[in-house]
Amino acid sequence: MPMGFEDVSIEDFAMAIPDGAKVAIPADYAGVSMEATRALIRRRVKNLHLVGVPTSGLQAELLIGAGCVKIFESSALTLGEYGPAPRFTKAVREGSIDLIDATCPAIHTGLQASQKGIPFMPLRGILGSDVLKNHPGWKVIQNPFANEEDPIVAIPAIQPDIALFHAPLADRDGNVWIGRKRELVNMAHASKAAFVTVDAISETSLFETEEKAAGVLPALYVGKVSVAPNGSWPLPFWNGAEVDDAHMRRYMDMAKSDEGFQDYLNEFILQETVPA
Amino acid sequence: MTNTAEEKKALICLIANLLRDCNHVAVGAASPIPGAAALLAKAAWGKPRFVNILGSVANNFFTGGGGELFDCAAQGRIDAFFLGGGQIDGQANINLMGRGNYPNCSPRWPGTFGSAYLYFLIPKVILFREEHSRRTLVEKVDFISAPGISDEKTYRKGGPFGLLTSKAFFHFDKDKKRFRLESIHPTSSLEDILDNTGFSFDYAEDTPLTSPPDPALLELLNRDVREKVAEVYPNFADTIFPVTSHAAQDI
Repeated sequence: MPMGFEDVSIEDFAMAIPDGAKVAIPADYAGVSMEATRALIRRRVKNLHLVGVPTSGLQAELLIGAGCVKIFESSALTLGEYGPAPRFTKAVREGSIDLIDATCPAIHTGLQASQKGIPFMPLRGILGSDVLKNHPGWKVIQNPFANEEDPIVAIPAIQPDIALFHAPLADRDGNVWIGRKRELVNMAHASKAAFVTVDAISETSLFETEEKAAGVLPALYVGKVSVAPNGSWPLPFWNGAEVDDAHMRRYMDMAKSDEGFQDYLNEFILQETVPA
Repeated sequence: MTNTAEEKKALICLIANLLRDCNHVAVGAASPIPGAAALLAKAAWGKPRFVNILGSVANNFFTGGGGELFDCAAQGRIDAFFLGGGQIDGQANINLMGRGNYPNCSPRWPGTFGSAYLYFLIPKVILFREEHSRRTLVEKVDFISAPGISDEKTYRKGGPFGLLTSKAFFHFDKDKKRFRLESIHPTSSLEDILDNTGFSFDYAEDTPLTSPPDPALLELLNRDVREKVAEVYPNFADTIFPVTSHAAQDI
């Protein structure tokens, strides 16, 4: 096995994400590393700048509730049919986190600019919205190729320190299989390093067949890998798991009050034994 | 409960009819009624030919990642989309951010999602909000997630087509920049709509009732499309197709 790539424990994985890091996280449908989220809360990470690509859900809700987040940059925080996210709602009402509210394609575009190593990319739409009025980074410029007035919004590059997500497989060389979830590739390319939890390790190279290789994020972009079977729990995973509906309902019930949320943290995160 | 289910099915059939001229319709993962309508239209007429349900694995054919939807929209490859909002105003501005003064909204809603962009680029944006009240349909939204109209110099290929609620269907008149009441659902009345709408709109005293769903279309929904709907929106399917465990009877 050349260049052996070691998978690390989830606690070491979380320790390598420093306080104050700018962390890109995927939407609930693209593979959220909830196992790493719990480890981050256990290690009491502080002042994270989360970038929800392009939205976030339970992951940001828990990190915000546990006091780990300084800045939340995204297009939405939604728990879908479970209803308003209680800890996020409270944090916004009290002004305890800084918000950078965007719109979905602008998050993708900011990451694409970072991927290309350019300072910004223009994007249609957005003009005349209060999202534009309140966003600290976007600027309206004139389309330099148009003869007539043609305002367009310039989206500055978003370069996260870490892209954090869950994927089905990594191989011994540190390549990660992401299937057709290309937004994970964009996130990883745009970030300084990808930190990935995986369901399992493939003993054969992911480049062995072209079919598999088409969905591979090369090890070049990968900083750390930790094996965490079913690591998106209780969220669904595109490569298998359904949402744990009973657990989500339980969360919604407990997180209504500060005490209930603390009980949730104690029961499901802080007391959790380190997985073998 | 039965009434509500029947009303939801009527909305599904109404929306399905609005999608017959489309080739590609995209629907958000949390929009069961528009989603069911798109699936029904495809089953009934083969139009729209492409239905993409975002966030679904089986009913989403994008292979280019989360950004592909937005690229498609900018190229004119999506014909219809649905947007909602905690508040919608008479100029078709929508607010998905929250009530009160941004940023300390109370309540805060999830956020703007892709609305600030898609509203400009998809020709037929259908605003859909079941709750028809002065709380949701307001004179002026507290926060403009996406504006209903733009000035001449703004690049804009798309925008509001109409507004569908549990009481009525409004058409958006782009020249007048106002809604016009198109039809009133059988459970409501003009007086009820005037009482419960926070913005002014154009209407005729003899505004027609919304046509009841075509029985054949309803039958198709109940018989053939229910399985598809249940695949994508299981909880919603349970509410409109009761007794799923005894599927054959009872409808």
